[in-house]
Amino acid sequence: MTDLEAGSSIPELRVTPDKYLPHRYAGASGDFNPIHIDPEFAKAVGLPGNILHGLWMMAQVARGNAQLAKGDPRALKRLSVQFRGMGFPEQELVVSGTVKEADGERVIIDTVAAQGDNQVIRNAEAEVRVP
Amino acid sequence: MPVKTDAIGKQWEPVTYEVGAEKVREFANAVGAANPVHHDHEAAKSAGFRDLVAPPMFCVVYSARAMGPAILDPEVGINVATMLHGSQEFEWGEPVCDGDVIATTATCSEIYEKDGKGFYVFETVSTNQEGERTVKGTWTNIVRGV
Repeated sequence: MTDLEAGSSIPELRVTPDKYLPHRYAGASGDFNPIHIDPEFAKAVGLPGNILHGLWMMAQVARGNAQLAKGDPRALKRLSVQFRGMGFPEQELVVSGTVKEADGERVIIDTVAAQGDNQVIRNAEAEVRVP
Repeated sequence: MPVKTDAIGKQWEPVTYEVGAEKVREFANAVGAANPVHHDHEAAKSAGFRDLVAPPMFCVVYSARAMGPAILDPEVGINVATMLHGSQEFEWGEPVCDGDVIATTATCSEIYEKDGKGFYVFETVSTNQEGERTVKGTWTNIVRGV
């Protein structure tokens, strides 16, 4: 059983990706799309600069939710996200969430990830097993 | 011009991925997954895992490989130059550990047009060497100006 109930907030996760994080994530994930790692290419296709990988931001949402179970990788059962904005290196990303349903160990959380006012992930829903 | 929908239901050949400890550590470091179970064999075993275990989002490493052929298939007809990753869902099952061999099959589940954009939805199902499902993914790609 958990003391989480509908409407309660989960602890925020704050992380600032450094300038070269997209390069490390590209290597780790295999996604070398130049919009993530080459600022000149990104500008040439109309972006303000190289942008964070959406799936790296999703991984931060996953981590923010898994914190409820001390980062146990078995805890996160399901996560759905919508990518709705561009994230940038060297800006703090804040993952915050509100409990939508809590039924025994099964908790459903609505999550948002934002850089300032820029919501980069919206309508994220996680199902976490919190022992 | 309406989007082509002939590829709905098409399934591609399974793609396999061999999980290794250093790749798991590299990925865990890149996403900030600091739990020792992702870095240390003994810590993972003491916590009840078969071996050093991958963070849940490691599924993108082994299942994205199956998405490549689907996205580039001319029968699907995606213009990758104007493609955006619209949304993503994963549903996890058995944890993925060092030494596992994961097979992923991609299927095109939906293609439709809305507000001048093409929506291409794919499903991936990944299973380990014992036939246990490790993750199911739903990938929605949006193509502008179809």
